Amino acid sequence: MMRMFTDRISRRFIRVWQRDLKVYKKNWKISFIPPFLEPLLYLIAFGVGMSGLVGKIHYQGVEISYVRFIAPALIGVSIMYNSFFETTYASFVRMYYQKTFDAMVATPLSIEEVITGEIVWGATKSLISAAIMMVVIGFFGLIRYPDGLLILPLAVLAGIGFGSIGMLFTGMVGNIEMFNLPVFLFITPMFLFSGTFFPLENLPRWAEQIALVLPLTHLANLTRFFSYGQIRPSMLWDIGYLLLFGIIFFPLAILKMHRRLIK
Amino acid sequence: MKKLPGTQNGPYIVEAENLLKKFGDFIAVNRIFFHVAAGECFGILGPNGAGKTTTIRMVYGFSPMSEGRLKVFGLDISKDWRQIKSRIGVCQQENSLDPDLTVLQNLEVFARYFDIPKKEARQKAMELLSFIGLDHRRDATVSELSGGLVRRLVLARALINDPDLLILDEPTTGLDPQLRHQIWDRLEELRGKGISILLTTHYMEEASRLCDRLIIIDHGLILVEGKPIELIRYHAGQDVIEIEGPTSELRTFLQDSQLPYEDLGHRLVVYFEDRDERYQKIAQNFCKGGCVMRMATLEDVFLKLTGRELRE
Repeated sequence: MMRMFTDRISRRFIRVWQRDLKVYKKNWKISFIPPFLEPLLYLIAFGVGMSGLVGKIHYQGVEISYVRFIAPALIGVSIMYNSFFETTYASFVRMYYQKTFDAMVATPLSIEEVITGEIVWGATKSLISAAIMMVVIGFFGLIRYPDGLLILPLAVLAGIGFGSIGMLFTGMVGNIEMFNLPVFLFITPMFLFSGTFFPLENLPRWAEQIALVLPLTHLANLTRFFSYGQIRPSMLWDIGYLLLFGIIFFPLAILKMHRRLIK
Repeated sequence: MKKLPGTQNGPYIVEAENLLKKFGDFIAVNRIFFHVAAGECFGILGPNGAGKTTTIRMVYGFSPMSEGRLKVFGLDISKDWRQIKSRIGVCQQENSLDPDLTVLQNLEVFARYFDIPKKEARQKAMELLSFIGLDHRRDATVSELSGGLVRRLVLARALINDPDLLILDEPTTGLDPQLRHQIWDRLEELRGKGISILLTTHYMEEASRLCDRLIIIDHGLILVEGKPIELIRYHAGQDVIEIEGPTSELRTFLQDSQLPYEDLGHRLVVYFEDRDERYQKIAQNFCKGGCVMRMATLEDVFLKLTGRELRE
């Protein structure tokens, strides 16, 4: 299996990434809107609407405003969404409806390079959305710079992981409707229960431990501490977890897609 | 032909020996042998599901063979696939153009997969667009193009790397006669330039016109191999008479005359080596109910060998 990866993945995967970027640039005006508007909507709804109810909350022994609590987590959610939805719905359209992958493998590209390019592109989408959101959220003074800039490389790391798991689902589903399943069973619960909207300390002990398995928990921890400008040793665990997540799911995604496409 | 370092160019562009492809228990291609010579147009004919597409997919390195030996440009497809693929142009059956990109962008993006530098790619793309008569539409989005224009663009895209071997999977299926002839003209022009072509089709007219040599396959096996005209002479003869509503008198005559014929119930198809007295006799005596007298074609060979029953 190692041989398959070293022989068949070269830097040529960049070609696939460039193709995706070219299409993105064509539609960039539309693609820019969601990461720009999304944090604004959330900040208004939760910051203005919910803050009155919630007020200040206790997090890791300090008292902070609710907006300051959720804003960095929203960046984490956006990192997850962008890569996951890119390598599920968008990649599926390219693979199944547009036959883009079929055309690519009739050139010197290997299928492994095509999939790598797609996952790296998904991570790039995460990076772009994180950057846009950081501008918007930073405008409200909710991110401390320069520490906050560490969110950018983090977006790529986490984007590879979420993009890989998305691609793994793409290798499994029979039709595009079936993505609803991982979205409702995996993405939505994570969105709600990863310490995004309330501190995990509020949960019973067993629920907190389950939440620690979810990669978004670790991503939200990291975006939060980077935004607060608090670098602490425990973050190595979070980074390690996300790294491990990518190391496991990236080869699995490639293997699954190879099996699906090469017959 | 361009020679790459480390390439031993034999006389053959493609050499397939004992080529086997299995999908689980199903044998799609059953230990076939064939070769394509340099500068030749080689056809793979067969009914739907015969194994045509599976065969060429192995040649362009898309699906790995189950067993056998397959060399392209004298190189081993399982080892030197990248080098081989960089010298092949492929037109797949389904439209795989990028609908979001323009005509020109489609060619330029594709050129990048072959590591063709930007300037060279632009120049080559413009050349190809005029070759297929699409230069005035170069900024049109692909989703605006008609089916015929899409096919021409797919052909142009397959030529972006100046391939030594062009692989075409049913290049004219679903096209109107005008477009089909236009594609044939383009392919003949390419063949004139010395490019080798490997093509699958189930249009016999297409194969007769384009192919120097061909194989007819069915159920993964090669039924015949040869030049179109030789195959016609050998398997169907020179002339054919089709008789509508044959009489029992005619059937008796045919049995006595030892002529090869097919009985389709309401219609008889009789094959002739030449227009001998038997031909004259049938033409004069048995054509009251309506006859079609014509030259034998590749379609006669095809139907004779693969049968007339419906597929799939």
